[in-house]
Amino acid sequence: MSAARVGVVTFPGTLDDQDAARAVRLAGALAVPLWHADHDLKGVDAVFLPGGFSYGDYLRCGAISRFAPLMGELIPAARAGLPVLGTCNGFQILCEAHLLPGALTRNEGLHYICRDQRLRVETAATAWTTEFAAGQEIVLPIKHGEGRYVADAATLEELEREGRVVFRYLGNPNGSLNDIAGITNESGTVVGLMPHPEHAVEDLTGAPSVDGRGLFTSILKRLVNA
Amino acid sequence: MTLDTVGRAGQTPDERQPYAELGMKEDEYQRVREILGRRPTSSELAIYSVMWSEHCSYKSSKVHLRQFGTKAPHSDALLVGMGENAGVVDIGDGWAATFKIESHNHPSYVEPHQGAATGVGGIVRDIMSMGARPVAVMDALRFGGADQPDTRRVLPGVVEGISHYGNCLGLPNIGGEVAFDPCYIGNPLVNALCVGLLRKDQIKLATAPGPGNKVVLFGARTGADGIGGASVLASATFEDESQAKRPAVQVGDPFMEKLLIECCLELYQADVVVGIQDLGAAGVSCATTELAAKGTGGMRVDLNLVPLRDPTLRPEEILMSESQERMMAVVTPDDIPAFMAICEKWDVPATVIGEVTDTGRLVMTWDGEVIVDIPPGTAADEGPVYERPLREPAGQAALNADGPERLPRPVDLRETLLTLLGSPNLGSKEWVTSQYDRYVRGNTVLAQPADAGMLRISEVMPGAQETTRGIALATDGNGRYAKLDPYTGAQLALAEAYRNVAVTGARPLAVTNCLNFGSPEDPEVMWQFGEAVRGLADACKTLGVPVTGGNVSFYNQTGSTAIHPTPVVGVLGVIDDVARRVRSGFTAPGLRVVLLGETREELGGSEWAHVLHGHLGGLPPEADLPAERALASVLVAAAADGLLEGSHDLSDGGLAVGLAEACLALGVGCSVALPGQDAFVGLFSESAARALVCVRPEAFDALAELCLRHEVPCYGLGTTGGDALAVEGVLEISVEELRAAHTGALPAIFG
Repeated sequence: MSAARVGVVTFPGTLDDQDAARAVRLAGALAVPLWHADHDLKGVDAVFLPGGFSYGDYLRCGAISRFAPLMGELIPAARAGLPVLGTCNGFQILCEAHLLPGALTRNEGLHYICRDQRLRVETAATAWTTEFAAGQEIVLPIKHGEGRYVADAATLEELEREGRVVFRYLGNPNGSLNDIAGITNESGTVVGLMPHPEHAVEDLTGAPSVDGRGLFTSILKRLVNA
Repeated sequence: MTLDTVGRAGQTPDERQPYAELGMKEDEYQRVREILGRRPTSSELAIYSVMWSEHCSYKSSKVHLRQFGTKAPHSDALLVGMGENAGVVDIGDGWAATFKIESHNHPSYVEPHQGAATGVGGIVRDIMSMGARPVAVMDALRFGGADQPDTRRVLPGVVEGISHYGNCLGLPNIGGEVAFDPCYIGNPLVNALCVGLLRKDQIKLATAPGPGNKVVLFGARTGADGIGGASVLASATFEDESQAKRPAVQVGDPFMEKLLIECCLELYQADVVVGIQDLGAAGVSCATTELAAKGTGGMRVDLNLVPLRDPTLRPEEILMSESQERMMAVVTPDDIPAFMAICEKWDVPATVIGEVTDTGRLVMTWDGEVIVDIPPGTAADEGPVYERPLREPAGQAALNADGPERLPRPVDLRETLLTLLGSPNLGSKEWVTSQYDRYVRGNTVLAQPADAGMLRISEVMPGAQETTRGIALATDGNGRYAKLDPYTGAQLALAEAYRNVAVTGARPLAVTNCLNFGSPEDPEVMWQFGEAVRGLADACKTLGVPVTGGNVSFYNQTGSTAIHPTPVVGVLGVIDDVARRVRSGFTAPGLRVVLLGETREELGGSEWAHVLHGHLGGLPPEADLPAERALASVLVAAAADGLLEGSHDLSDGGLAVGLAEACLALGVGCSVALPGQDAFVGLFSESAARALVCVRPEAFDALAELCLRHEVPCYGLGTTGGDALAVEGVLEISVEELRAAHTGALPAIFG
């Protein structure tokens, strides 16, 4: 059995790519660097879009990245079932690319917030959350200025009805509608969330929590068993 | 507009030149004429005026700063000392760390957001130019009284600027300070620190050797930002005309800086850089003269080739522009294609603007005409040096005589502690620090509110050796102590930063400093400065930690009223096994609480006197440096032996505030008894060379033995546990009540 290969995308302005690659490696998978300007997914089994300020967040968070050459490959592959995880700026990019519905706007309090945030895992039925139990409470750090999830009433109703809200804030930090911290697509393969699981995988560093490991062990299990 | 060429300067020797408006003194101007044997051209005048400004030339401070060299302790760790963009120290296993702190005070008053943001940008480029990857930042901030209206303009802007710029760069912010005092109301202090890591064999220097090598300007295009910034904004007192100078503040683009970081690291890895210099104050003037002066001695530059954002800029303005996110490199002709390809990959504009020569002259042309022809060393290194007069301030003796002994002692110590804990200086700084990303890059071991920030050294440099080591950093300063006695105040700033590093288990290794003072033209300020530098240099010698670099910020005054003299000191330390780091505060119930060090009655300049009585007088605590050194030895050895479960430095607010903060770290209370007779002194004295630690009961004897060996007093105070801070026979406060007081202070003012 060869190691599962998880691509980690770097756009100009991506910041958490080193952390993302480390989290993938610690879970036992191979982290494959993917460059925004390449038309090449390098045959990876899953993709991680890490956080940052891709293209300086100019225009609108994720709005320019969505048109990067790599995204031209990623978007159809994700529609065809390639598992994709987007955290923070990665979540914003997934929304801009319409792989996930809704949008992320300026925090209610208008300040950037970095803190260790309590969350509830709402569903274990996605490619990235099978190692959690629905209803489990976890702690992951958040660090964003534009993380307020918004969508129209019909979309929110659909997300709730179909069980596609993956993570919910306990103590809403940014004014997200329905306390939404993360969502998934219809098939449960694409997951986006504002919190940072890659900063909660080691005892020594990052947040005082290792709850982030679950996302990476989930995808690894799926890929190895595939 | 006539182009003022060298030829024209020769023909019009008597043309009146605006040297005074550019901040130059008559005799300085005459010296330029002597050096050149003619009047300078307007472009040359621009170069000399910025390079000889206080900000760039250190003309008033140089004679004092020499002590950091002459009194420097021997250190095997020092790889690059003062005089380069930043000092570099050997941290073992083939690794080196480079760090420096720098002020951006005046711009942050005029335009808080951009002033503070570009302060971060500037110090990060200093670290990059040493060949390092920047890995973390910290900020030491001082504002006017928290409740003064202008603080509500300045503080949120400064914090937002640091937050926006630092967060976009992907550098964790791992500590620093926020302090308030009405003396800073018109002169906030924004001191930004950056630390970088590099392989020991990869150090880069600002030098331009090798005739024929190309001079490349890369990064952002040049605009009208900060024209006159270096000589006007950063070096002159501003009063009511500050609105008029607003456009002189530079505007930063952190996205470009992030690209520049990654681009530079790839250039270093490809080994296509001979010398490199960042463009900070005085922009192209500074970079070209310094690179040329340290290299073969000559350089030819065609200023028409500088890529401009504003095509109307004149050569004088291009020379003085402080546009951000620019670097200058010296590259061999053979490496130019590889250099350009890497810049292109990162979308970083790069342009060859000249080449290195062996003529000993810096020659610049515009439209084919020579407009600059100078010996570069005369601008870069041979600026004026002043022995400014010094005089002890008129009120100093009276200030020292007015000690805290006359102040009424409190009856209710419980209330006193809660008042202190809820005061802006001692309250939680989370309102500020929660706006900074402390996790990015995944190597943050300790960050606020820990005594020091700590990073794991990770796989940041290709080809580097694996290591278990980590680095720790802390900054400290106390303007009130320094006002009472600048010599001791500077030593106490060093002692506290040194102690903050040691309480995490790291061995203090090297020092950077940012010296914030009023006008050097005021002999009383200059006395404060001279005393502070002397104190700091002496203390560095005793503690065995060399100064590796830093920055002086003068003219922090409004009218004739200067700020408190405020030397801010940063200390870098190394921990051999980062997994042995000691966390801050009480980490579990059932541990022995131990006080290390001696408590004397020392309340001059204390938080108690300041908050409860608005009093500043007497003398600061004694700076007992041998005791500091012994304490650090105990802390480092105890951490390495795994004896410590938690620790906390004792300083502002004394043992009372130290105990409260230790309880608040993880919500673990404690029951303790004070060793001395006087509970008030025991709780609120600010004696230095003290720390609070907690150990497993079975480890106490080993710690006591270690203390005995190093002659450090050691007192078992009690045990951790419960949900209250209980001091036997004195006070009991629930952790919840402590937290309410502590976290409420800043949100109550800033929302």
